[in-house]
Amino acid sequence: MGLLSKKDAKLITDPLADNNPITIQVLGICSALAITAQLKASIVMSLSVLFVMGVGNVVISLIRNIIPSKIRIIVQLTVVAALVIIVDQVLKAYAYSLSKELSVFIGLIITNCIIMGRFEAFALGNGPWKSFLDGIGNALGYAVILVIVGFFRELLGSGTLLGFKVLGDPIEKTGVYAIGYENNGFMLLSPMALIVVGIIIWVQRSRNKDLIED
Amino acid sequence: MSLKSNLHKLKEKYKGTKMAPAFNALHTFLYLPNETTHGGTHIKAADDLKRTMNTVIMALVPCLIFGMFNAGYQHHLALGDIEAANGFFGATFWTWDNLVVGLWKVLPLVIVSYGVGLAIEFLFAVIKGHEVEEGYLVTGMLVPLIVPVDLPLWMLAVAVAFGVVIGKEVFGGTGMNILNPALTIRAFLFFAYPTWMSGDKVWVHGAKERASEIAAGANVDAISGETILGSLAQGKGTMSHDWLDMFFGIIPGSVGETSTILILLGGLFLIFTKIGSWRIMLSSVIGALVMGLIFNGVVDAGWITESSKFYGLMNTEFWHHLLIGGFAFGAVFMATDPVTASQTNKGKWIYGFLIGFISILIRVFNPAYPEGVMLAILLMNVFAPTIDHYVVQGNVKKRMKRLKAKTA
Repeated sequence: MGLLSKKDAKLITDPLADNNPITIQVLGICSALAITAQLKASIVMSLSVLFVMGVGNVVISLIRNIIPSKIRIIVQLTVVAALVIIVDQVLKAYAYSLSKELSVFIGLIITNCIIMGRFEAFALGNGPWKSFLDGIGNALGYAVILVIVGFFRELLGSGTLLGFKVLGDPIEKTGVYAIGYENNGFMLLSPMALIVVGIIIWVQRSRNKDLIED
Repeated sequence: MSLKSNLHKLKEKYKGTKMAPAFNALHTFLYLPNETTHGGTHIKAADDLKRTMNTVIMALVPCLIFGMFNAGYQHHLALGDIEAANGFFGATFWTWDNLVVGLWKVLPLVIVSYGVGLAIEFLFAVIKGHEVEEGYLVTGMLVPLIVPVDLPLWMLAVAVAFGVVIGKEVFGGTGMNILNPALTIRAFLFFAYPTWMSGDKVWVHGAKERASEIAAGANVDAISGETILGSLAQGKGTMSHDWLDMFFGIIPGSVGETSTILILLGGLFLIFTKIGSWRIMLSSVIGALVMGLIFNGVVDAGWITESSKFYGLMNTEFWHHLLIGGFAFGAVFMATDPVTASQTNKGKWIYGFLIGFISILIRVFNPAYPEGVMLAILLMNVFAPTIDHYVVQGNVKKRMKRLKAKTA
């Protein structure tokens, strides 16, 4: 990689797999469970977080030396809130129905633990470029899980992908041995999202034994 | 050369290899293993896990056979082929025709349940390299008994796979699970495929098709075959079956849960063989009766009027709650699961009581989930360790006090 040094590249690739914010640090679970019933919503949510984290990390990093440490949480909150409001307004302007669907969860990006966590743990102690990469990396790590969960939940729960019909119609027949596909309603409920995330964690840890705690 | 020695040879041959657990399981299932413990301590006990499981299965067999006859009976009755049986020994109930339909519908459920479940158990045993556990033997029998007769087989297969993997194997297999696997499987089906698990068209074989034929204008004389609980929950008023029918179980419902008398016999068998806990069974019955009495009292006091959607179920005589729905089956065969129930004696009383109490509560107040017993047992499964914790701590405290009083 010519563009990025090895160390910088690691900032992006690490959160994608071995230090994934959702599956390893188990942060940002709430939104991952709430809005992943549809792939489209997951993607929009991921993009929103990507924007907020990338820009937010840079801003915090730029002003890191002038933030009084006593009120740094409030400053961080102000930055996230400002960025989230921008995202919210853009969505309302250009994708109103989707913004309705995501409802309060866009606003709740403010409380997403991943964002505050990266501000605290990284942006406050590193330069803007590195912070930017770190923000992008972690947001992508978040996005990967959201998209995987959203993919399976929409496919198995509604039989569609991005709104297009993929799987068959429900069965009407009972016959002696009815065969035919029927969508799995459980997939649309949040508990199933938790189970899907759990399965991802399971698969990841059985492939990389180093990740198993204790 | 006998089968046993052949199996033994096979077992020796595969010793230490990856597939060893699979052969060992077959050997252990069919025969008593030759091995004895190697250490100094020996406890001679006849009731190993295998025998415990087989005892429960024996207690379930009457329900299964009855369920087959009932499946056929309800089907023929709905078609108008036969007269109502008028009691347990009615001439039109124990007939060959009914059994054939029952076998045709119920046996595949049993086969799929065992086939998928055991395949997953074997797979996990081979991957993890431990012995196959007998835990699925009972679950595999319970599952076909608590689903509607017309459930598509692939749905059952998916649910069994989910229940065994997520409900049991991820926690570490038999003996480590928090939730009852059979109920996990049923809960999965209930939430995943609600149109196949509830409503008025799934409990009798073919009811769904007849309904669509009628909707299409066909001149078919058909009874929808609603469960008593379902019709009461929807406020459709009075019961169409008398309590003897409910007690004997010639009513529509899940395959094996309708016959209260056979469940009672199974329960007595479990108590007699000391496999099932009589404390849990008794206390859950008490809990259900108490809740039923409270509701009856509310109706008697006139706090609720007939216009209320809860009136139908609240006005049900309190002891009828024991006969309708899956309550009896759940209390006898599900709540007593030794792995997921409370372990302490005092804990068992509390655990059982709350199961009965909450079952009727959910049943009455949530018309969307007329069968409250499944949710109540799953809920109490989660709380069972907490109950045990406080019972044990309470005992510790009591004894500490006694000690202090003595030494002071």
